Amino acid sequence: MKIVNLKVNGVGKAFIAKPETTLLLALREQLGLTGAKRGCAQGACGSCTVLLDGEPVVSCLVPAVTVDGSDVATVEGLADGDKLSHVQQAFLDGFATQCGFCTPGMIMSAEALLDRNPNPTRDEVAEAISGNVCRCTGYEPIISAVLDAAERARL
Amino acid sequence: MTLLYGRGYASVNYPTGMNLGGDPSQALIHATTMGGFVVSLSSVDLGQGLKTVVAQCAAETLGMPMENIIIDTADTDTGPHCMGTFASRGTHRVGNAVIMAAREARDVMLQVAGDELEVDAGDLETDGTGFVRLKGSPETKIHISDVALAAHFKQGRTISGRGIFLKERNYPVPETGEMDPDSCQAHACSVAEVEVDDETGVVTVLSLHNAYEIGRALNPAMATQQVEGGAWMGVSHAVFESTEPYYPASRDHGPIDFNEYLMPGPGEIPVQTSVILERPASNGPFGAKGIGEMTANAPIPAIANAIFDACGVRLTTMPFTPESILRGLDALRA
Repeated sequence: MKIVNLKVNGVGKAFIAKPETTLLLALREQLGLTGAKRGCAQGACGSCTVLLDGEPVVSCLVPAVTVDGSDVATVEGLADGDKLSHVQQAFLDGFATQCGFCTPGMIMSAEALLDRNPNPTRDEVAEAISGNVCRCTGYEPIISAVLDAAERARL
Repeated sequence: MTLLYGRGYASVNYPTGMNLGGDPSQALIHATTMGGFVVSLSSVDLGQGLKTVVAQCAAETLGMPMENIIIDTADTDTGPHCMGTFASRGTHRVGNAVIMAAREARDVMLQVAGDELEVDAGDLETDGTGFVRLKGSPETKIHISDVALAAHFKQGRTISGRGIFLKERNYPVPETGEMDPDSCQAHACSVAEVEVDDETGVVTVLSLHNAYEIGRALNPAMATQQVEGGAWMGVSHAVFESTEPYYPASRDHGPIDFNEYLMPGPGEIPVQTSVILERPASNGPFGAKGIGEMTANAPIPAIANAIFDACGVRLTTMPFTPESILRGLDALRA
């Protein structure tokens, strides 16, 4: 058992973690942030993707005690009040979602891509979300939404 | 090594619902004290959008805004009966049941409003924004929240309605085989272009062009999403995913996770176009047919035909794996 301090979406948080407590479990059950989803729980589906010090990680594979002192960004922290981020707004306007289970992970992977590459090609978008599994959409509207978000950010 | 190009097409008829025990679904609607309308169902929405579509059906029939509709699909033990959301039956069966229930509830709503306004219920109409008003005299009106309050606390009535979809089971005529097993049929046609590598046996789907005839697209955005995502799933069934060879004989072997169960990712999707054609079905809710599963059905035989066109190998078992292609090529050379 260890007290872990994180900055989550810009706000300092502390919680007690066991060695097997994953970052995903801590976010969902101890900090009440249920945006990141528990899908496969083995790092293959991407639905738990969050940004750890700016990098996308599958939070189901991150032991919480190993990231003490880190910055964590989740889908809950993207909007500024009622104003959605470019990626969120583009997903909404382009209807890049159906059941919605993969959406928070997709959005965080897309945010990470646009942070490091504001002008991605279609192939680069496909590559960036290749760790996120979606059963409903066929990916096409998601890729289009990420390209649309990049366009909005440039305006 | 040669990359062999091929093109194929396929068309499907797809029946809506089942020919089993009437294939029933029921719906109950009641107004709350605040003028919301609760639609009680046992039909489950696991992300396909059923709640949205039946809320549209209820709102349209009641003449109320979507915001006034509350869909409650809580519990199959206690809710009105539904056979389930499968067989592409949800929108058609449940939608019809909800419309029937909403008509009955609307009649009561207009009667209550008529008593409050001291006019005949038959002379009333809804304006779609939450008011019930007198035809030809729109200033004579009452808001649904006041109608609901009057029903609950003054008139002692329940603004409610019952709906059921039931199509009696149909048996074939022994002499002719003629029968009427389904309510309506949706249609799809796909054209696929593929590239077959004759050394590795790998099939790459280059493009997929689909036309879907779906009755009426009650929610065009969701219908478009369904046909595009469904076509992707067809590609996935055709050349990627399988629980074979072990399932269902044994669940102890075979794919157990996303590392072993292959699906095409965002880098492996073909160029795709999908067109929706609307030919409303007379017995559908506002003309809609069931389209859910059909969207994945036409791409698969289209891809099989494209493979045959490319390399002469006729495959009839999914998925069309590199192994099955190479065995087929060997057989042709033998």
